[in-house]
Formats: sequence, C-alpha cells, structure tokens
Amino acid sequence: MAEQNTRQDTLEYAQRLGDDAVVLGHRLSEWCSNAPFLEEDLALANTALDFIGRARMYYGYAAELADDGRDEDDFAYLRDQRDYRNLLLHELPRGDFAFTQARQYFIDVYNQLFLEELRQSADERLAAIAAKAVKESRYHLRRSRDWMLRLGDGTEESHRRTQTAVDNLWGYTHELFELDPLEQRLVDAGVAVDVAALRDPWREQVGTLLDEATLRQPADDWAVRGGREGYHTENLGHLLTEMQALHRAYPGCSW
Amino acid sequence: MVAAARSRPTDTAWRLRLARREASGLPEIWALLDRLTDPEIPAVSLWDLGILRDLAWRDGRLIVTITPTYCGCPAMSEIEADIRATLEQAGYGPVEIETELKPAWSTDELSPEAREALRGYGIAPPCIGSALTEKPQCPRCGSGQTHPLAEFGSTACKALWQCDECHEAFDYFKPI
Repeated sequence: MAEQNTRQDTLEYAQRLGDDAVVLGHRLSEWCSNAPFLEEDLALANTALDFIGRARMYYGYAAELADDGRDEDDFAYLRDQRDYRNLLLHELPRGDFAFTQARQYFIDVYNQLFLEELRQSADERLAAIAAKAVKESRYHLRRSRDWMLRLGDGTEESHRRTQTAVDNLWGYTHELFELDPLEQRLVDAGVAVDVAALRDPWREQVGTLLDEATLRQPADDWAVRGGREGYHTENLGHLLTEMQALHRAYPGCSW
Repeated sequence: MVAAARSRPTDTAWRLRLARREASGLPEIWALLDRLTDPEIPAVSLWDLGILRDLAWRDGRLIVTITPTYCGCPAMSEIEADIRATLEQAGYGPVEIETELKPAWSTDELSPEAREALRGYGIAPPCIGSALTEKPQCPRCGSGQTHPLAEFGSTACKALWQCDECHEAFDYFKPI
C-alpha cells in the first residue's frame, strides 16, 4: 500500500517538474528570432530546447508510472491550466531581455542546487534525469550569471531595467522553497528534494551576485504562491492556449 | 588540490564503452551502424560520438541502446529513424531502441577518432575531464590563445570561440 502511494506521489512529482520545465522552455522559445542579436537568439533557443527535453523525460516517466495509455504529449498538450502545477516564476511573461535573464539566473541557481540533490534521489529514474540535466544547468548558469553582471553593472538603462526585473520577480521566488504535504512525504521517502533546505544557499549565491552586479536585493515584503496547487497567474492560460492549439486542433499530428 | 588539478585526465569513459561494444559479440551489426553519422555533425559517426551504447538480442529481437547527448537534442528522433532503417533494411528488424540515461552522456566518451574528425571538420574537440575552464585550441592554426564569443554556437553542444592569432571564429564542442 505504502509503495502504491509513493508511486502515485512520484507520478505527481515528475509531472510537476515536467510542468516547470515545459512552461519555462516555452517562454524561452518565444525569443526565437526576436533576441537582441544572433548569438543570443541561438543561446535562448538552445536553452529552451534543454528545458523542453527535460520536460519530455519527466513526462515520459510520469506516463510510465501512470500506465494508463497516456504519453508525454498527453501530459503537455491535453491538460488545462488548473491541472498544471508549475511554480509561478516559470510562467511569467518573458518581459524585456533583462527580465528574461534575471528570471533565468534565479532559476539556474535554483536548478543547480536542486538537481545536485535530486541526483541522490532513491528514485533511480529521477536521479538519472537529474545527473544529466545538472551538467547543462552549469552552462546555463554560467551564461545567465554573466548577463546579470553585464546588465546590472552596465549602462544606466540596463541597470534600471535589471533592477526592475529583480524587484518584480522577487516575490515569486519564495514559492521555490516551500514543501506541500505530497513533497514532504516524498522527502521522507528519500525521493524528493527538500527544497526548504535550498533557501539559504540560494540566497547566499544570489545575494553575492546582486552585490557584484551593483543591484539591490529587494525586501521580502510580498510573496505570491499557488503554482503547486494549480492556482496560476492569468498568464499561464494564454501560454497554454498557444502551446496546445496545434495539438488540440490536429490531435497526434506530426511532421 | 594542486596535485589533483595536475593529474592527467584519463580516457576511462571511452575505454569502458569500447569494452561494452566488444562484449556484445556482434561485430557485423556494429559495422553496419558505424556508417551512421550525426545529422548535425556528419563528420562523426554515432558510435564515435558516444550515442550508441550497446547491442543485444532479447527474445528474438535486436535491442539497440542509445543515450541522448543533450536533454533537448532535436536530432534524436532522426537518429533513431536512421538506426531503425539501416538495421531493418539489412534484415535485422523490427528492432527495438532503448534509451539509457545512466550514466549521463559525457564528452569523455568520444572516441579518439571523433576528436580528430571534429578538428578536421573545423570544430575544436572537447577537453577530457569536463572542465569548464579550459581553453580550446584553434582547430585552424593550433594556437592556444583563444577566447569565447558566445556560450552557445550553432547547436546546443557547441560554443562559439575566436582565435587571437589567426582571428578565425570557430565552434568548440563543449566538454560536458
């Protein structure tokens, strides 16, 4: 019985991690052909692909655990926004280039810490996905960190835009470090990452970088949460509408 | 610390892979697959890149084990189709393709031939040991004086660098 429950929890957990990855991957892909210059266009598109690839691995695993005939596409394309459980930070509109890079930096620092822990998971499949993804996150972080320095300690305008982005994102970062009962059960079973323990190292790393980039760390005077329960900002519905339109209009289409 | 940094990188990952290939005992099928190259880097075979991991017969079906290079590598489905078509045409089908994630693919698994082929193709091969800090040598003039232009080049697995001596821009196959 306990084993059956852990299986159900793990399915939900894999789906959550897939949701985080596919939503951010989609946001990044929106830059394709719109980035400030060619190299950056390629970098954003390649990073988007890494996240979409992760989503496929997480969803593929969720589909195996569900064992009810669904496949990865069903998870990505046939669930509505209330069924999506991504953390809200991932779904916010791409904003300007500073906003995209600041969000990416926050998530890259988080992912590096998170995936290092997930590599130790008692669940072998999640551990294998993490071992693969963490290597890519190291490259993502190197790039987004570099951009934070260049933009924060850059021109007056790049500084202003980056500070605005950091201020507007900050209230969405608290949710990254909160555990609900399901994740707590999985932490106890050795499967999930205890994200509450990542808060201090994340803050230390981010705080040091913000200093170096001449940016101010915002006050903790507001927080938005709800993603893991399926309560989203209005932005997710628009994103899913675009992302799912083709698959819903032509089910199973491929080319 | 200094001793560790100076210790010679090894090609253990590559040797383990070679041993697995030999242990499979199917040289004629490996030879068929050796003709298949990466769709994005046609100079290098799938085997030399480390995408092909194992071959085995199971319950009368040929099982091909592969591993993705990057999570989001868009060439994987084309690679699978190539493998399937090649083996089925040769009468080995229908084959099953299994994806193995563990151990995660590393550029340390590249064969020595892959490194040479990359260089000849104008792509600086990755250093062994997955060090993010090492500078690649210019694949054109061999100079060690190079600097990065962009963290991502024409594909996810490459970065764009430039040589300080001959000034040529070149792709660097990132160590991962």
